[in-house]
Amino acid sequence: MHELSIVGSIVDSVTESLAVYHGARVTEVRLRVGALAAVVEDSLQFCYGIATEGTLLEGSKLVVQILPVIVHCYACGADGEIESLQRFSCPHCGEPVSDLRQGKELEIESFEIEEGEIEGGAIAEAGEAVTP
Amino acid sequence: MTTRIVELRQGILKKNDELARGLRQRFASAGVLVLNLVSSPGTGKTAFLERTLRVLLAHGSRAAALVGDLETDNDARRLAASGAPVRQINTHGICHLEAEMVSKHLEGWDLAGLDYLFIENVGNLVCPSSYDLGEAVRVALLSVTEGEDKPLKYPTLFNSADAAVITKIDLAGPCEFDREAAFKNIRAIRPGIRVFETSAKTGAGMADWLDYLKEQRASRPAS
Repeated sequence: MHELSIVGSIVDSVTESLAVYHGARVTEVRLRVGALAAVVEDSLQFCYGIATEGTLLEGSKLVVQILPVIVHCYACGADGEIESLQRFSCPHCGEPVSDLRQGKELEIESFEIEEGEIEGGAIAEAGEAVTP
Repeated sequence: MTTRIVELRQGILKKNDELARGLRQRFASAGVLVLNLVSSPGTGKTAFLERTLRVLLAHGSRAAALVGDLETDNDARRLAASGAPVRQINTHGICHLEAEMVSKHLEGWDLAGLDYLFIENVGNLVCPSSYDLGEAVRVALLSVTEGEDKPLKYPTLFNSADAAVITKIDLAGPCEFDREAAFKNIRAIRPGIRVFETSAKTGAGMADWLDYLKEQRASRPAS
């Protein structure tokens, strides 16, 4: 049950990024979570409600996109999605695989805000710069 | 009122990952091999580590341990009896160790004076897998009393391990432990992983484990 710590980090990161959007309210937060990231969506959703209370994220929706595990096979050279988390083998040729290309992600992709009065264009532009 | 989407593309555990990266560099430049031991509660991490520390010290190696626990310092006291420096990390209810806790508990320790540092994680097969502690080797432990299918039930942890240790092998007979099934399951999740069969009680398998530790250390010269 480390979902509460994870949700706490989400609230911190989004709140930090909100500093440039005065008076904005968060309506939605979108996550990308790999199937091997060791988090349970139900727990995330449950903890999200608690952790966002009294923050600028209160009442927002948490959208979780689960990413399948993609492996690279050195035997046949192909990338593919494993058929089961209980078997790390190439979906094309069946060889055991240990090179993961996707599946451990645990990231905030984006968030949606409703802005109040924008205090001049400069602020809006500064906001645009909040990218990787 | 206008709606806007702000792209963030940021790792949720970014702070932990950054701290862990810093620790990894520190460990590498000090020339200390750091291992993160992860298992369920009751697998025998502490007994295994106790035996490992004694054997290493007897061979003239310099080893120390950080041990994570929810509330008590029982494990640290047990481990300290081996003669190695040991520090307890109490997480007070948090189900895993984080890089920051490790960093805080290293204060005042001369890392360059160590060959091996073991971090015994909180007993838990789920949460510790998400938190990088800056270790060079992550070790997943599994006891013969837990059932051979444990790796299949906790693929995330076993997939992230660099080595697997089967503990309490002296009880394999009474538990009707299916060795072949255990190996097959571990390797279905983590193909090619090194697996050690050990008993902290009898010392079985400890020589192979020790050789592995030495190999790992030798393959990572101080940078």
